[in-house]
Amino acid sequence: MGIKRKDLLGLQNVTKQEIELILQTADSLKEIMNRDIKKVPTLRGRTVVTLFYEPSTRTRTSFELAGKFMSADTSSLSVATSSVVKGETLIDTGKTLDAMATDIVIIRHSAAGAPALLAKTMKARVINAGDGYHEHPTQALLDMLTMKQHLGKIEGLKVAIVGDIAHSRVARSNFWGLTTMGADVVLCGPPTLIPRDLTKAGAKIVLNMDEAVKDADVVMMLRVQLERQQKGLFPSIREYSQFYGLNKERLSLAKANALVMHPGPMNRGIEITSDIADSVQSVIEEQVTNGVAVRMALLYLMGGGVSDASASA
Amino acid sequence: MPQLLLKNCQIVDPAAKKEYFSDILIIENKIRTIARDLQPGPDTKVIDLQGKIVAPGFIDIHVHLREPGDEDKETIATGTMAAARGGFTSVVAMPNTKPAIDNEAAVEYIKCKALSDGIIEVLPCAAITKGRKGEEISEYGILKKAGAVALSDDGDPVANPEVMRRAMEYSLLVNLPIISHCEDKNLAGGGAMHEGYYSTILGLKGIPCLAEDVQVARDIALAEYTGAKLHIAHISTAGSVELVRTAKKKGIRVTAEAAPHHFALTDAEVVGYNTNTKVNPPLRSEEHVKAIIEAILDGTIDAIASDHAPHTVENKNVEYDYASFGISGIETSVAAALDVLYHQKKMPLIDLISRYTTGPASVLGLDYQGLEPGRTANLTILDLEQIKRVDVNSFASKGKNNPFHGREFKGWPVMTIYQGKVVVGN
Repeated sequence: MGIKRKDLLGLQNVTKQEIELILQTADSLKEIMNRDIKKVPTLRGRTVVTLFYEPSTRTRTSFELAGKFMSADTSSLSVATSSVVKGETLIDTGKTLDAMATDIVIIRHSAAGAPALLAKTMKARVINAGDGYHEHPTQALLDMLTMKQHLGKIEGLKVAIVGDIAHSRVARSNFWGLTTMGADVVLCGPPTLIPRDLTKAGAKIVLNMDEAVKDADVVMMLRVQLERQQKGLFPSIREYSQFYGLNKERLSLAKANALVMHPGPMNRGIEITSDIADSVQSVIEEQVTNGVAVRMALLYLMGGGVSDASASA
Repeated sequence: MPQLLLKNCQIVDPAAKKEYFSDILIIENKIRTIARDLQPGPDTKVIDLQGKIVAPGFIDIHVHLREPGDEDKETIATGTMAAARGGFTSVVAMPNTKPAIDNEAAVEYIKCKALSDGIIEVLPCAAITKGRKGEEISEYGILKKAGAVALSDDGDPVANPEVMRRAMEYSLLVNLPIISHCEDKNLAGGGAMHEGYYSTILGLKGIPCLAEDVQVARDIALAEYTGAKLHIAHISTAGSVELVRTAKKKGIRVTAEAAPHHFALTDAEVVGYNTNTKVNPPLRSEEHVKAIIEAILDGTIDAIASDHAPHTVENKNVEYDYASFGISGIETSVAAALDVLYHQKKMPLIDLISRYTTGPASVLGLDYQGLEPGRTANLTILDLEQIKRVDVNSFASKGKNNPFHGREFKGWPVMTIYQGKVVVGN
């Protein structure tokens, strides 16, 4: 049992079987988090390093806790993006971590492809925790786990992903993962925030949010970066929230029990109203819990956990 | 006096528009006789070129020799050696050096260095504006007197259309071509690759074809209005090719060059984030590549130029966003063209050779030397059937940044004769 690929850089080329294995494993490991003593010995003696070139609190903490719950030794390396210009190259940092006998490196980087570069030059296994606008595979996995737990399946679900698609690695990873799992994905956002030629990848793009949300099983809102407005990609926050914000009225167009999701951190009152974010349909906090479970599963499957791991879990 | 006899040459000479079999006798640096069955004297060196193509020396009108200023990337010595190995006997050296070639002393420096260190001829191109800043035009009269053959701010566009207008107008004084690097920096928006399907799935910021098209349209309008000689550097989009085609029909003085990577590679190569595919203008999508090939075939594109841009390993062995733009391409230019254009697209050989000879010469307004007795003996010799894999480790260039590494090409330059001397080949 385990994942054969050395690294997890994205979901674009990950098979349905692999995704199912990760989700099943996460589902069973999640229980550890409810225990009184949240620790199993599965990854004792394994070293996991988080290497973050971009500020992040939740993803990094999620990975670190996942590692600690499984008894891996976790360590973190923060690198200010500014030092990239003068400082050590990514390849050298990778070699250094290899030399310290690291088993798994979790990397977040503002430059798309940075995890691929690291993976190519390192012996350790590499997990992408988000690179530029490219991919954020663990986010999509935790989103799929949440959908599966609530709706029983992924295949056939209509999932509307709404917001800044162009600059979103969450949207891309979800698009690939959900499509592989047989969901019907609709991407929605202002025309200036839809990347070029996405339809060539088979994506369905809808500019009108009402239309995108109609009959959806899942409405996934993306965080809008306020600096995009300053770059002239949309006219104002006011207009954005009127046309691409999720409120009660819009949500009523979706299926009655539709899930509301958001990768966080939220801009309350901009892409999502507070009443919706805190409503019974919202599974936003559960996404965070499932994030730890999915990361435990990946560390287990990629960390070469001992064979009785599932028993001890 | 040294004598060199080339036996059994299959001569392809676009200058004379002739293809024929003959021997060539070279005495010192000049072609003495072109005739069949020439007999060597006692001191004549004889080379049998049976099965090889002999053409007038190739010109690459877009080369970054990096000297002065970036000698860690390339020097005139290594760059001209690389050029000779690529089959070239002349190169135009771009002026984006440190300092820029914008005064006669700098032009003089290039010429002196070329004489002392160079393997082949180096023709200096001078900057359109002082310091390549796009603000004040440089001294074209003095620069031409010093030996500049063209004007370009290559690497950067002249953003201000008023400055470009005055540059074009003033260039009429010297009748030198303005080589324009057409890129609207606002539209290019700091992108790293062609904007399209692959930039979307790779999550890299895209450079739309518009960034080129808009500037080509502007410069053609300026050329029409001023009557200046405009040359579009490294043309890469279907839109700009169409603009040039239409402009030529209208009689506007515009020419264009394309680089091998823009007809032999697509943006699909960027998958995997190999930074050797990072170049400006970027590798384009299929439909643009098709348009470039078509324009080379129909003559809309006058010249094939490598845009040879060597970089250090340190410039390239980084994240894609941080890597330098550029391909060290002078040693693969002719092989890529022979493989893709001659073998695959069935371009007539004489036309293909013209894109390396009479085409670039006419861009520069040079009196082009075809193969005739009395002419300087600059010759490029090709083996159309040789099949070889590109190996950057065998490059003479300091720059090993070439995305063709590992690719097999059919047809290679095998010998270069410059001023009667075999500088590359047996």
